[in-house]
Amino acid sequence: MTVLLSHDVPGGAAWSVLVRAGREVRLTALGLGANCSTLLFAAHHPVDRLNVPDTMKAQHTARVRAPMVLMSDRGLALCSVTGSSLEWHDVLCGHSVDAHVARFGPSSYQRDGNAWRRSARAGLLAELRKHGRGPADLHGCVNFFAKVATAEDPAGTLAFVADHAVTDDWVTLRAELDLLVVLSTAPHPLDPRWAPRAVRVEVCTVAEPAADDPSWTFRPESERALLLAREVLA
Amino acid sequence: MTVTESRLDPATAVLDTVVAAGDGFLGTIPAGGTFRIVDLHGNQAVDTLVYDAADVTNRYSAFDTVREQGALYLTTGSRLLSVRLDLLATITDDTCGRHDTLGGACAQESNVVRYGEHTRHQHACRETFLRYGAPVGIGARQLGHNINFFMNVPVTVDGGLTFADGVSAPGKHVQLRAERAVLVLISNCPQINNPCNGWDPTAVRLLGWWSS
Repeated sequence: MTVLLSHDVPGGAAWSVLVRAGREVRLTALGLGANCSTLLFAAHHPVDRLNVPDTMKAQHTARVRAPMVLMSDRGLALCSVTGSSLEWHDVLCGHSVDAHVARFGPSSYQRDGNAWRRSARAGLLAELRKHGRGPADLHGCVNFFAKVATAEDPAGTLAFVADHAVTDDWVTLRAELDLLVVLSTAPHPLDPRWAPRAVRVEVCTVAEPAADDPSWTFRPESERALLLAREVLA
Repeated sequence: MTVTESRLDPATAVLDTVVAAGDGFLGTIPAGGTFRIVDLHGNQAVDTLVYDAADVTNRYSAFDTVREQGALYLTTGSRLLSVRLDLLATITDDTCGRHDTLGGACAQESNVVRYGEHTRHQHACRETFLRYGAPVGIGARQLGHNINFFMNVPVTVDGGLTFADGVSAPGKHVQLRAERAVLVLISNCPQINNPCNGWDPTAVRLLGWWSS
């Protein structure tokens, strides 16, 4: 394994990176209670992108964990979650918007400099626009490192779990297609505090998946999405 | 489960139409208007998207809606929010008790993933959304994550999620009040590979009252 690229995204910032199929993206929390609101796009298709409902229903899960695969609107495996120190990454609650950030009072560049408080939406949009995309491309995201617990009561009550991730918690994603990864390290929208944490993003070379690769053998649905992605690359 | 019942009389509705199994609907509900969906035969998923009629980029957002209400299921009192957190519509009556907004819509492509290659050319909600949405500029990029009225997708404490048998029954309905002028885009789900339509897709009735 060779690390091709390593970048620490400061807390409360946004970034985007193109990742070739077959490479690994490793995200590492660099502080307690980190959050990384992440969107995935098929780099070579005008609209294909992560589809959270399809990912959940195909694999019967309301959380992101290894070794499931993250699927697109077109039923393709965008990436496999090849490993993680955490068993639960939130995928139900979307990213923060300006109203969440406004809870912490006024903030601007003039007032706070580069520590000004910006929502995940603002950061994701800024990055999307650099790739010719815009608000219509904001779709359901994964909030890596965050957990929102689900109750089995009649309403399905949600409860934010503070400090779910600690420093050095990690998750690895194997790109199954060429990907555009767009992410924000703004706090989770349900986090009652403004304590943004940095996240390290590394892109690495990794070995081809083996015949008994856990993502390929996770569920028949996971395997079919991976096969469909291979057909695109063929 | 919160069950409430409306007293609006179908005889006074200005919109009264039946959407056949597997067909769709696109219509505008004026601000303050009331829109009812009736599950005529029971356990019929009605895949529904809502847009600000003035701007289709200001669309219904499933995950913003569930996060802001702090609960996963939709029922009476649920406020349907847009990607900008604008209030698009409120559920004002519900004789079913709970509705899904996590499960998304079926598509030919996701059917292949879930059920295998033999389902590739079966009719699916995404086809209906794209066909009925096209005249108002709703394409693949504008398709957000939808509501599945009358569909039951329970989530467990350990993060499991399944499509379960429906909680609806013949004649159950859900009713919305438009909080601004909205477009409603519906696919009356043709899925035959899971219990979301009781294995037998059927027609639904749409009713609207624009002043009351």
